[in-house]
Amino acid sequence: MPDLIDLTLTQTIAALRNGETSSRELTRACLERIEQLEPSLHAFLYLAADSASAQADAADRELTALRKANSQSPKTLLGIPIAIKDVLTVEGLPCTAGSKILEGFIPPFTATVVKRLQEAGAIVIGKTNTDEFAMGSSTENSAYGVTHNPWDTSRVPGGSSGGSAAAVAARLIPAALGTDTGGSVRQPASFCGVTGLKPTYGRVSRYGLVAYGSSLDCVGALGRTSEDVATLFQIMAGRDPLDATTAGAPVSKIEFVGADGRPPLRGLRIGVPQEYFVRGIQAEVEVGVRKAIGVLEGLGVEVHEISLPHTEYALPVYYIIAPAEASANLARYDGIRYGPRLDAESMWDIYYRTRGRKFGAEVERRIMLGTYALSAGYYEAYYGQAQKVRTLIKHDFEQAFEPSRCCAQVDAIAAPVAPTTAFPIGAHSDDPLAMYLEDVFTLPANLAGVPGLAFPVGFDGAGLPVGMQLMGKHFREDVLLRMAHAYQQVTDWHVRKPDL
Amino acid sequence: MPLSLEEVEHIATLARLELSAEEKTRYRQQLSAILDYFRKLQELDTTDIAPTSNVLSGGSPMRADESRPGLSRETLLENAPEVARGQFKIPPVFDA
Repeated sequence: MPDLIDLTLTQTIAALRNGETSSRELTRACLERIEQLEPSLHAFLYLAADSASAQADAADRELTALRKANSQSPKTLLGIPIAIKDVLTVEGLPCTAGSKILEGFIPPFTATVVKRLQEAGAIVIGKTNTDEFAMGSSTENSAYGVTHNPWDTSRVPGGSSGGSAAAVAARLIPAALGTDTGGSVRQPASFCGVTGLKPTYGRVSRYGLVAYGSSLDCVGALGRTSEDVATLFQIMAGRDPLDATTAGAPVSKIEFVGADGRPPLRGLRIGVPQEYFVRGIQAEVEVGVRKAIGVLEGLGVEVHEISLPHTEYALPVYYIIAPAEASANLARYDGIRYGPRLDAESMWDIYYRTRGRKFGAEVERRIMLGTYALSAGYYEAYYGQAQKVRTLIKHDFEQAFEPSRCCAQVDAIAAPVAPTTAFPIGAHSDDPLAMYLEDVFTLPANLAGVPGLAFPVGFDGAGLPVGMQLMGKHFREDVLLRMAHAYQQVTDWHVRKPDL
Repeated sequence: MPLSLEEVEHIATLARLELSAEEKTRYRQQLSAILDYFRKLQELDTTDIAPTSNVLSGGSPMRADESRPGLSRETLLENAPEVARGQFKIPPVFDA
């Protein structure tokens, strides 16, 4: 058997079930690797080593009893360690959202999505690093220090779910949760060479998620293969009475093999939007994505050129709507009920001082942008106009996915995840707008609420992973996961391992 | 430079953020550049376009108005910076 840490989630589940390994061995292997590599990566903000080990022993007792009784556990993830981005609450474990304003905060409840994974037997091994309040594309905005890319530690892992992506890529953990408001699962997945899913808006509960942009936020999963991500997604998804924005759409089992024993891709159509292959994109990224589209074509998928004409407006729309929502969501951090408080004579001064000193620069910028966009006299010109242009962006996707007179109807849209591969730490630190431009290809899916799946399709000349994303119809994550799975059956980019 | 220093101070007050003089200058420059970029949206005629606030068409579902157990007072106060007599403690909010 190969090294434990090299097994995919799917292989790990099988190895645990047939007794080739134990949850204790597996958890220890992860903790040892974390201990060895954390000094050079800094993927984690908190490790729950003791509780994870105790839960592993309990899982082993359950697994042994089941094997003796010759039966299978209904818990898919029994004994599997996972990591959680530090914007989701786990009762009793610190939750900082990468911010000093939540330093020391111990949430008294567990996010629904984490609870579902725990009920399926998963063990939370720790909380991963993130840009402060998930605002950023590099983890450089974390108040607790940057995470390093496992493929080149002088580069960023992407963000904001950079800790989760780096942990999965470096094989510190088989899989992890992330969140995606404007690309925060897909872009780090791409930069780190792993597979990451942003589900449809409303597909996965956000109860227990530290809110950023409420009309955009999605909880997603990162793993090494599409199959691994699909396993997590099917457990995470579905309606939650504690989150009124969750949709009731059924979560059906994802079939990776058709009746003929082949991937069921025949008749599926992919659209390639011309607006995503523009000047400024790194040549190796374009080549990698176009080659991958060719591979899918070879597997029986039809390829069509399409147009999403309002793509270039997604960036200004997003950077008005998300900060506007953030300015409201982050009003709750006031130093009164939880988190640190900086003392002052009056309550108003507590607010000013605590918020002014404990929020980092990017969070302050976005709160101010949002406050301005919503303020009297500017609302219509900024927020109002952004919401209308959002309708046009959403309409672009509807045109591509639904029958129309003008263009081919497609089942998925293939595009680069980001214009470049992972950039050096510090490259954009003095220019927020340049950093925002990193999100140009991921923002539209959030604005339209459609699912997006990023997966590795090659490497650039510097040995950095190149990613592609597939975007799909609302609630059709299965189509994206099946296509990526078929791709991963005939390619090996996803099994490459950084030299650490 | 679309934003004046006074506007930056006004926004910071609305957002309850205490900023240093250096932060005000830096944010003024950075936010101005970003707002300038946003002007791109004015290129589009959106006269007959409805705004999108929710991307799904399901609307807001109603739930039954029933009481259910919540977290205890002790639990909720555990993270508070200052507590007195089972309540969050704050300085006076009214002038004496």
